[in-house]
Amino acid sequence: MIKKHNKAKAHKFGMVIDLDKCTGCGSCMVACMSENNVPFKENETNKKDSITWMHVYRLTNGKSFPDTEICYIPRPCMHCGGKGDHGHSPCVSVCPATATDYDYTTGIVSQIYTRCFGCRYCMAACPYHARYFNWWDPIWPSGMEKTLSPDVSPRMRGVVEKCSFCFHRYQAAKDTAYFEEREDITEDEYQTACAQACPANAIVFGDLNNSEHEVYKLVKPDPYHGGRPKEPKAFRLLERLGTNPKVYYISEREWVRKAGDNYVKGKEKDHKKHNTE
Amino acid sequence: MDSALIPKEAKRCSFPVFAVGIAVAGVIVLWGVYAMGLCWLKGLNQTNMNDYYGFALWIWADLAVIAIGGGAFFTGLLKYVFGIDELKNIINLAVVIGFVCYSSALLILAIDIGQPLRGWFIFWHANVHSMLTEVAFCLSLYFSVLIIEFIPLILENRKLDKIPFFHHLSHNMHGVMAVFAATGAFLSCFHQGSLGGVAGVLYGRPFAFREGLLVWPWTFFLFTWSAAAYGPCFTLTVLKIVEKITKKKLVKDNVVYTLAKISGWMITTYLIAKIIDTVYWALVTAPSLGFNFMSFYSNNKFYGLWILFAEIVLGGIIPAAILIKKDWRENSKLLILAIVLGTLGVCINRWVMVLQVMAPPVMTFDTWALYYPSWQEVATTVLPVAYGVILISLAYRYLPVFPQEKELNAE
Amino acid sequence: MFPFCFEWVWDAGHLLFFGGMWYTIIILGLGMTYCIFKSITQLW
Repeated sequence: MIKKHNKAKAHKFGMVIDLDKCTGCGSCMVACMSENNVPFKENETNKKDSITWMHVYRLTNGKSFPDTEICYIPRPCMHCGGKGDHGHSPCVSVCPATATDYDYTTGIVSQIYTRCFGCRYCMAACPYHARYFNWWDPIWPSGMEKTLSPDVSPRMRGVVEKCSFCFHRYQAAKDTAYFEEREDITEDEYQTACAQACPANAIVFGDLNNSEHEVYKLVKPDPYHGGRPKEPKAFRLLERLGTNPKVYYISEREWVRKAGDNYVKGKEKDHKKHNTE
Repeated sequence: MDSALIPKEAKRCSFPVFAVGIAVAGVIVLWGVYAMGLCWLKGLNQTNMNDYYGFALWIWADLAVIAIGGGAFFTGLLKYVFGIDELKNIINLAVVIGFVCYSSALLILAIDIGQPLRGWFIFWHANVHSMLTEVAFCLSLYFSVLIIEFIPLILENRKLDKIPFFHHLSHNMHGVMAVFAATGAFLSCFHQGSLGGVAGVLYGRPFAFREGLLVWPWTFFLFTWSAAAYGPCFTLTVLKIVEKITKKKLVKDNVVYTLAKISGWMITTYLIAKIIDTVYWALVTAPSLGFNFMSFYSNNKFYGLWILFAEIVLGGIIPAAILIKKDWRENSKLLILAIVLGTLGVCINRWVMVLQVMAPPVMTFDTWALYYPSWQEVATTVLPVAYGVILISLAYRYLPVFPQEKELNAE
Repeated sequence: MFPFCFEWVWDAGHLLFFGGMWYTIIILGLGMTYCIFKSITQLW
């Protein structure tokens, strides 16, 4: 693991999802599967062993009609910066073969499929269940293999895979910039498939280190607290674990923001303190 | 038929009877090998594991056999390093059990990984920050130590011992065994510990996560201590089973009581540490991450408070009390109760630190996940047990495993 | 992993980890070599 702490030029790609806009349509999931050659089974009844890099969870406020409210939470890989935001993500720090790595120039947690030997320790480490194991050989129905993206390698049986923030798109954007003799890429040049597919524009993607980018403006990440949002309506999932995710959520609804983390009984109001500490 | 191979003056059952026993265990081995073949050829879809239960029965089996196999390194340490000489009468058995346990663990790991042919990546592309890397390193090295410790015993077979080179080699290996035993104890401290670290470092899993010392979570030290404490319980359990089957006394009581007493005090000190750890985790660590202690125990009957009770009280306090009190440990029935409960106790601890870690949801909108193994997982887990029965039977029949056997069974 | 591997890093983690591993292998290897050689010299 060669660490490059080039803070001045380093990107920190992240995502902001407006949960009040999300309708739960699932376009992000479909776009992700198609973009990243995600394999599927003939029978997807058992959701605990089917692969969905982007997974939409449904939650309610638990109240009965007419006060029932529903919220959908799309959950890609959080690309955690880990404790202290030093790149010691829950998964990266445990992988015995360095098959998953933290890229200090982009903040993206990679997965090297040809190196993973399938011990699944990273899956045990990830509290978001963002990691998936290939329990079966990936098989596409005849003819469908022609629709596979040539930019993303399909994975073999017995390895773990997960959302890559469409890293191949970043590589393509960098190639273009290099060809055009530009030093860096622009915000719209690198967008994930889910962000582009969302019909409600609920998903915004960009560089959290760049104050010009929409993601930065929406959540105002605090670099002194591992990127914790300064924007009061924004939150990250399981903030208290110290995983420092790069996926932020926004909601006007307090119960939704509260659902982002766990609170000991009687101390539920703690979540309000999070953004003001 | 095989009398030339049987140790001198030792009485063994007739070969056909022995062969039938081995054949029965052999059928179970074949069943396990068939399941293993299925897992290797068809992949891990043969198991009931899923993306919520990436670690399941096999990882538990690994942790459990290594914990109960801890008797080998601890007895070796006591004998060769601390000089408790009477343990020489049980060390051979401890080594054979250790060999069975560690070879089983390595076999199960080879089935458990999704790409077995890439298993060597853990050494070649090692991430030195991963607890699993530390496990793999120390486990394979310690297995080499066990092979080295086992070789002299094999060479003491009546026929092999007649070959001068083997006779000398066995003698010379005994001469430097303290070096090997000390190396083994050093390695064991780290791999037993790092197996504890595997769960303890998971800061995304509040049920498992523990603070600690430097890079090692408290579970690191608890696992090493518990393996040393409970390992001898299993060694003694196997001894009692062998004695029951062979209808012979094989080790003198004073040796058994010495090991039992040491085990008892080790369990007692371990329990103090374990209870402090559990209380601190329940009152400080888990609440700081937003979890009530009871949130881990009140969703379903399987992971209820009973499992904590079974681990700490039934599998901990009771055996510890029996083993440290002279009158109780010298009562044969109570002794057997204590060593069996102790063995179960450490197995429950390993179960909790693997399976229960996976069960409770961490995200508030997620659900509990429960798991039961597929027959392929069960068969491959029973396989090492049957293999162990065969190996211990072979060792007992053909090798001088118990130095006191002759004296205790003289006509 | 050897120090000439492309992934090798000269840091405390690698030195302790692989140092420990090679140290143990050397102890075990030398120990066994000693026993074997001694047995051979005792014979011939």
